[in-house]
Amino acid sequence: MSAITSLRPRRGRNVELLLLIFAVGIVTLAYVTVEGATKGTVPPGLLSQAGGLLAIAVAFHVVLRLRASYADPLLLPIATLLNGLGLVMIHRLDIAAGHDVSKGAALKQLIWSGLAVLIAVAILLWLRDHRMLRRYTYLSGALGIVLLLLPRLPVIGREVNGARIWIGIGPFSFQPGEVAKLLLAVFFAGYLVRTRDVLSIAGKKVLGFTFPRMRDLGPILLMWLVSLAVLASQKDLGSALLFFGLFVAMLYVATERTSWIAIGLILAGSGAYAAYHVFAHVQTRVELWLHALSPTVMDNVSNQLGNGVMGMAAGGLVGTGLGQGRPYLTPFASSDFIISSFGEEIGLFGLVAILALYVLLVERGFRTAIGVRDGFGKLMAAGLAFSMALQCFVVVGGVTRVIPLTGLTMPFLSQGGSSLLANWTLVALLLRISDQARQPVVDEPVAAQIPVVAR
Amino acid sequence: MNSPIRRLSLLAALLFLSLLLSTTWIQFVDAKSINAVPNNRRTQLFNYTQQRGAILVAGDTIASSKPAADEFKWTRVYAEGPRYAHVTGFFSFSIPPDRGLEYAENDLLSGRSDKLFYRRVSDLLTGRRPAGASLELTINPKAQAAADTALGNQRGAVVAIDPSTGAILAMVSHPAYDPNVLTLHDSAKLQAAWTKLTTADGDPLINRAISGNLYPPGSTFKLITAAAALESGDYTKDSVIPGPAALDLPGVKDPLANHDHQPCGPDDKTTLDHALTISCNTAFAALGMKLGADALRAQAAKFGFGQTLHIPMTTTPSSVPAELNPPQTAQSAIGQFEVKATPLQMAMVAAAIGNEGIVMQPYLVERVVSSDLKTIETATHHELGTAISPGSAEQLTQMMTDVVSSGTGTPAQITGIAVAGKTGTAQHGVGAAPHAWFTGFAPAARPRVAVAVVVEDGGLAGSEAAGGTVAGPIAKAVMEAVLNS
Repeated sequence: MSAITSLRPRRGRNVELLLLIFAVGIVTLAYVTVEGATKGTVPPGLLSQAGGLLAIAVAFHVVLRLRASYADPLLLPIATLLNGLGLVMIHRLDIAAGHDVSKGAALKQLIWSGLAVLIAVAILLWLRDHRMLRRYTYLSGALGIVLLLLPRLPVIGREVNGARIWIGIGPFSFQPGEVAKLLLAVFFAGYLVRTRDVLSIAGKKVLGFTFPRMRDLGPILLMWLVSLAVLASQKDLGSALLFFGLFVAMLYVATERTSWIAIGLILAGSGAYAAYHVFAHVQTRVELWLHALSPTVMDNVSNQLGNGVMGMAAGGLVGTGLGQGRPYLTPFASSDFIISSFGEEIGLFGLVAILALYVLLVERGFRTAIGVRDGFGKLMAAGLAFSMALQCFVVVGGVTRVIPLTGLTMPFLSQGGSSLLANWTLVALLLRISDQARQPVVDEPVAAQIPVVAR
Repeated sequence: MNSPIRRLSLLAALLFLSLLLSTTWIQFVDAKSINAVPNNRRTQLFNYTQQRGAILVAGDTIASSKPAADEFKWTRVYAEGPRYAHVTGFFSFSIPPDRGLEYAENDLLSGRSDKLFYRRVSDLLTGRRPAGASLELTINPKAQAAADTALGNQRGAVVAIDPSTGAILAMVSHPAYDPNVLTLHDSAKLQAAWTKLTTADGDPLINRAISGNLYPPGSTFKLITAAAALESGDYTKDSVIPGPAALDLPGVKDPLANHDHQPCGPDDKTTLDHALTISCNTAFAALGMKLGADALRAQAAKFGFGQTLHIPMTTTPSSVPAELNPPQTAQSAIGQFEVKATPLQMAMVAAAIGNEGIVMQPYLVERVVSSDLKTIETATHHELGTAISPGSAEQLTQMMTDVVSSGTGTPAQITGIAVAGKTGTAQHGVGAAPHAWFTGFAPAARPRVAVAVVVEDGGLAGSEAAGGTVAGPIAKAVMEAVLNS
């Protein structure tokens, strides 16, 4: 009687393949709906387009089978579905703007998507073990800061819509802040995993909790201040909020001290208060937030937020149907306001489904953080997952008037190459970490048990 | 590190929960009021790109949506131009609708009304293009045309109602405008037309029949004073009351005088009937003071003063001031001082007298018909209340018949038909020509039409105007049009 049953852990790769086919199917249906509603025809190259999309997804899937076979099976299908839906909406807005397919934003977005997937695959192939990244802790930090500073440079820096957060080389423009977010997450994880003990133990006790020593806290504080200062000078409040939240969350995970959350909230609150009194554009944002629908505000300040909200309200529960609403009335309908474009055309039900996809993505990230065994991986996965959640909150919360509107892109959905690149990279990192998290432990203690059981 | 990660994931879930709440708020809970925000471009476009219901008068379309080749798909066409402008209002793609039936019944015309719910569901299931409901009006086209023509270039308003039902038979306000200039799809031209209308002399956009600055009702208000007297039980139409050439008012230097500075009868005495027939100011001023301000105000309220009506357009309530000292009461009793009334209100007074004292709710929409010609709603006749007893009504009718047969209202006579009426010449400000009023009904015994006419500043007759000569013929024309149809 053998007591040893061969344990075959569920890898979930077949589930992933099924979900991928499902995701591509939904995107194809959405595409057909848009074409049907706007032109009344089924797109001529439909089969090859859907086939191409499926081929790319399946290729990624095959790479996972070969190189990260235990990776979380939900991440890739969710990212594919969101990216595809974003493409469909951007295409739909191209049609409304009268753009030809060959000159439209959707084609650009498609090219960027391909590039982003390619880079994600490359990262998976190159990065055999996420702990390799620990080696580049300080390099990541330095690179992150450099990326943040790039738009300040005279020749390549570009100002778009009042925020100097772009760099442009020839016809290509890029928002380096998105990638900087990932690099800083790597830096925070690497630094905190080394210093977490000192940070949480050594230090003076003041008012019931321990303040870390300045020489332990110094570098990270400096890093945070630099990134915040850069962002503030670029008027990029959304990114500032995102970076700050990421920093506080990772500090909390590393030190396990709730007081960091309290300190973070106090700092964020006083920072927001100071920003409100110092920057006129912050006051405008708050005014806009409170009175988004007032005719005087819409006529004289900005009609963007009001229009977005009206679009969502027009969509109601079930939406107007893809291609049948008027999302194009809202400025930036394909980037910052793509969520209200979806709200209008696929309704509250559709929007809730999209939000549920993000919830799944984020919670799978946290699940990965819990499952992985090394501290660096835990910190990085938790940081990445939380940054995704926070970014969704800042974007959707801004569009639906939970908080004042700040310019950030919706991961995977929004038009923009840098955002796609950064988010596919994020997914690649999570896939890599989850591969380790879900792998069965094959080391000495297990092997040692075998004779005991056999006897 | 796992427990802070768990808490962090809970925090992330809470962040998403707030997003679910905010999107639910916008797209479900608050959606209706966001859609109703006046500058909501999507609602404007939605309304405009659906086939809007028509507005019909006696089977003929006065407002309808015709297919257009541009992005709006439909153009609103008002077949009769300015004639029905204040009945229909206008429906423009960029100027928010704010008046007329186009505004008051927008939900039905656009097809958004809850009354059309089942119809909408079946549209959704059958794939039929949704369309708004049509309105069939109570307007008598001949009466409307007569009122429009008779008022001509004079400023003022005419309202005719069916005394027994409250159905509005004619509603004209001059100056009018052509609503067709506001349905243009060219923004620049539309804006130019709108600017021209909003700055035009005489405010053509105002419906003087039910709103605007209102008018002092002048001597037509004597009907209400007389009604209050009859209702008090102390008077009949033959009661003898003082009617001097001039009446001293307590605490006021200038006495209140009659137009002709003559007493209203021998020995400065007259009867209630005769006082109304010749529109004796002193007699009614004295009567008003004797009855008291409260009695006047209460009688006016019974006729509908102070009420905001929805016909379905919202009317401005007519009013008698809340505080009146005796001289002010004397002035109010003859429809001066700060008494204000809409032509609709004065038509309701005449109609109630003709309808045995019962005030009917005035209304414009007889029937609501869905686009597949099913009746969705038919108007019901609704009593607003009883203003006076049938006995008082009979006496007042007799008095009003005397006004037209032998008094100030002779220009409103119709051959072979007894007409009841009351004229008014309302002073409004020093130096300005008085407004000419006429209100009445016909036939006196079983009225089919009650009418009120006001001509601003005496119309073409200027300061020589008396209600009878200026407003009387207009009222006559409208009543004849109804009686002949």
